[in-house]
Amino acid sequence: MTSDWPLWEVFVRSRGGLSHRHVGSVHAPDAEIAIRHARDTYTRRMEGVSLWVVPSASITASDPAEDGPMFEPAEDKIYRHPTFYDIPDGITHI
Amino acid sequence: MASLTPIDLPAGVTGEGAFDAPVDEEGHRSALFDYVLRLGDDALILGQRLSEWCGHAPSVEVDLSLANMALDLVGQATHFLHYAGQIEGQGRDGDRLAFHRDVLDFRNCLLVEQPNGDFAQTMARQFLYSTWQKMLFDHLSASSDELIASVAAKAVKEVAYHQELSVEWVIRLGDGTEESRGRMERGLAWMWRFIPELFEVDETVTALTGRKVAVDPNVFREDYERRIGEVLAEATLDPPPDQRPILGGRRGHHSEHLGHLLCTMQFLPRTYPDARW
Repeated sequence: MTSDWPLWEVFVRSRGGLSHRHVGSVHAPDAEIAIRHARDTYTRRMEGVSLWVVPSASITASDPAEDGPMFEPAEDKIYRHPTFYDIPDGITHI
Repeated sequence: MASLTPIDLPAGVTGEGAFDAPVDEEGHRSALFDYVLRLGDDALILGQRLSEWCGHAPSVEVDLSLANMALDLVGQATHFLHYAGQIEGQGRDGDRLAFHRDVLDFRNCLLVEQPNGDFAQTMARQFLYSTWQKMLFDHLSASSDELIASVAAKAVKEVAYHQELSVEWVIRLGDGTEESRGRMERGLAWMWRFIPELFEVDETVTALTGRKVAVDPNVFREDYERRIGEVLAEATLDPPPDQRPILGGRRGHHSEHLGHLLCTMQFLPRTYPDARW
């Protein structure tokens, strides 16, 4: 049966104020059942307060063969990190 | 006919209405024990049935769904059976009642002990039972018995989920392929004759309804039938033809299936009474 069911990517919001985070995938015949399967598979230990499911087929991924041009140019651009500023005393949450 | 002979009233009985509310604590205790045992046994036996799917479900996701429901039900059973043991006052706890009682002493309805069959038959049983249990627990949340009320109030959310999930599957299998539809029809046809037992009112229910401990399920019978009808309509299924109802679970008259279930469930604690894990 499973092999006939499409795959769905599951996103869980662990608590209010945080964004949904990808946690895995489930097989299900349609979106409603996918939500139920996601609930029973990924939130049975109070991991979440909200769920998204997205058909895996709807996700467009970057091509692993293109890793070089895609990601390597960022490697030597350390000045893009905001680490060159002195942070005054007393500033928190940075 | 001879005229009625005046009877001698027992000492202490004087005025009108003295017979209306006899205080019979022992009778109340035994009715309450019986009723709580029914609640506990329904949950325990259905939980055990669902757990039989573990590792055998159509997919790993469904396996988890069924195991989650089983755990919810076993949790409810634990509360009710421990309470039943306290009411009885003979030193039996929930485990003792679950694992060291013989089939004739079980008080669950016949529906929950019916075999799993295929997935459609299991969902047909779940749909018919959870719909009833949800409505019952909605009412029992207002029971005058504090423990029954609190367990019902907590469990009603679990049961609402069982109901929704089984409704989804009844609709999908009924309104699915020819194969899935046939299976759902056969599953419902198997379970249908056990519905009337859910609405049976005997002396136990009557005795406790008066004290607002229990609820007469007939107060939600119309709602139940309407809800079942709506779901079947959405699943494009006709209700199975009415069959001769089968009753007796509440009095310990069970189908042959329960004994086999208990053999599996009780084997270990009966063979190794001191086993711990």
